[in-house]
Amino acid sequence: MPKINKDSTLNITFVGIGLCLLCSAIISFIAIQLRPVQDSNIVLDMQKKIVSSAGLEKVYGSVENAMSNIKTLIIDLDKGEIVDINPDSYELAKELREDGKYKFLTAEEDVASIKKREKYSKIYIEYKGNEINTLILPVRGYGLWGILYGYLAIEGDLNTVAGLEFYEHKETPGLGAEIDNPKWKALWKGKKIYQDNGEVSLKVIKGSVLETSDNFSYEIDGLSGATLTCNGVSNLIAYWMGNDGFLNFINNLQKIDV
Amino acid sequence: MSKYSEILFRPVFKENPIALQMLGICSALAVTSKLYPTLIMCVALTVTVSLSNFFISMIRNITPSNIRIIVQMTIISSLVILVDQALKAYDYETSKTLSVFVGLIITNCIVMGRAEAFAMQNPPGVSFLDGFGNGLGYSVILIILGTIRELFGTGTILEYEVFPLVQNGGWYVPNNFFSSTSSFLHFNWFNNMGFKGMAKRSD
Amino acid sequence: MIENYLNIFINAIFIENLALSVFLGMCTFIAISKKIEAAIGLGIAVIVVLAITVPINNLIYNYILRDGALAWAGLSDVDLSFVGLISYIGVIAACVQILEMFLDKYVPVLYNALGIFLPLITVNCAILGASLFMVEKDLYFGESVAYGLGAGVGWALAITILAGIREKLKYSDMPEGLQGLGSTFIIVGLMSFGFMSFGGIIL
Repeated sequence: MPKINKDSTLNITFVGIGLCLLCSAIISFIAIQLRPVQDSNIVLDMQKKIVSSAGLEKVYGSVENAMSNIKTLIIDLDKGEIVDINPDSYELAKELREDGKYKFLTAEEDVASIKKREKYSKIYIEYKGNEINTLILPVRGYGLWGILYGYLAIEGDLNTVAGLEFYEHKETPGLGAEIDNPKWKALWKGKKIYQDNGEVSLKVIKGSVLETSDNFSYEIDGLSGATLTCNGVSNLIAYWMGNDGFLNFINNLQKIDV
Repeated sequence: MSKYSEILFRPVFKENPIALQMLGICSALAVTSKLYPTLIMCVALTVTVSLSNFFISMIRNITPSNIRIIVQMTIISSLVILVDQALKAYDYETSKTLSVFVGLIITNCIVMGRAEAFAMQNPPGVSFLDGFGNGLGYSVILIILGTIRELFGTGTILEYEVFPLVQNGGWYVPNNFFSSTSSFLHFNWFNNMGFKGMAKRSD
Repeated sequence: MIENYLNIFINAIFIENLALSVFLGMCTFIAISKKIEAAIGLGIAVIVVLAITVPINNLIYNYILRDGALAWAGLSDVDLSFVGLISYIGVIAACVQILEMFLDKYVPVLYNALGIFLPLITVNCAILGASLFMVEKDLYFGESVAYGLGAGVGWALAITILAGIREKLKYSDMPEGLQGLGSTFIIVGLMSFGFMSFGGIIL
């Protein structure tokens, strides 16, 4: 067999093209085979965050069971109404980049320091029969190092908190990141959001909440060494439960039953 | 047989890629905050460097010398893409933690270095062993680092609580001193001196 | 508008400094920081390469690779993002090669000064890392220019500072065990602590 000249132009072309084709074929094949598994991973990941914010995984036993009782809806934040858009095609990051689908917030409005607010929001409602059992709302706001992303779960009376869970943040481990500590998260259950006059009163205070305090049902213990993170949490609650956030929707829900 | 075990184990102690040859430091620093992602990263790198050595060595006789770097890169990149896709499919959580660092295996000096230094001159079987050995050497260092950083940073190993944390009623305050990469850097020279000493002794 | 670009630019230099916060490009970072002139030269080369490759990779990602990007060619259902890794490294290698040829022909002084650094840049984790971060952050074209420039300036700044410190320390009385790499790592660690103080700044 004649010795192949390694450096001949023919060989360069041959090896070059051959390698490209072979590698492309292999990676494309594997990528396509694995694509369905990857997509379902992403979906499951999202669902886990939603379900765990309301502690529903324990109630229903599994994320799938929980999700089968949860309806995903797109709402118009300003009008406070449900809109007929397919939730599967909704992506927050995309909404915040398309003209007309978001608005810039003025310094006064931007309590949570998020700069932009989307027009439509994707929310989740857990039904028991025809009654709303839990309302799960996406919330976000600036903490200390970056934006905190989480879900606030509200019970059927639309005023009692079922849970608050942050699924993405950049806070300091051991300090601000204690917002992930199950013991702190447990403090949120049962607290109330609105006073009788409709004002948002739920917030994190400095130090521990006294049982005898007047505002006991609206206050959460602060995290020591994490003042700014906790302020961020209080701010995002004040914003999203206020009239630039979900207040209109909640008021409308209370008037009619979905 | 001893020749093979020599090739396999030389990079673990005598010529450890990180401690002695200063290769592949980037990912060592960035992913070792917790032990579990570190383990996954070690597996990913070992697989990549072994297989890339193997394939590059297989075609070493027909690879033209003026495009050999590109050829090596293509093979390495393809392998890394496969590893990345597999990770996204079967361990999505860790894939999110490791984010870009799996991709950065392509530019990891160890992989390219061994391809050029060993695989281009040696038959596939031996090249595979050499790659695997270097992967092991890298893994040894990373596992030591990951263990120390997770243990002293958060008091856990593989998420299993070893030092009871103050938050959970214990005594250990997770100060993240070691978790911060900078502190790790303070201690790297221990490794350096230690391994150099071992290398000198076994020569 | 301009505020957004400025924010990304400053962010890339100080808060998410590729060398000091994410620890990319460590191999060349440590090896070249012995002399200030070499460090500055490498830093400039990195700035140029990043300022060119990040925007190009952004275009490739947005118009060819991502989910639905090929809609202009009538193939709106195609998601080629898995080919990303190979394309980015290919673009980087090509850019560096072209830059080298360009400098050799038109600015030979600079070409001689940079010497072997240009090929070294291709395998520098920081270059590929910046492109991968750009994809993760999902930046617009304009934003990616700001990010590429900022990332380059940040890396160049870090290596220049380190070179300055190391040159000053050349004449001080260092214990033998710490000489060379030992002290370098400790310095880098302290620098990165310093840069951590920039965290949380929003413009």
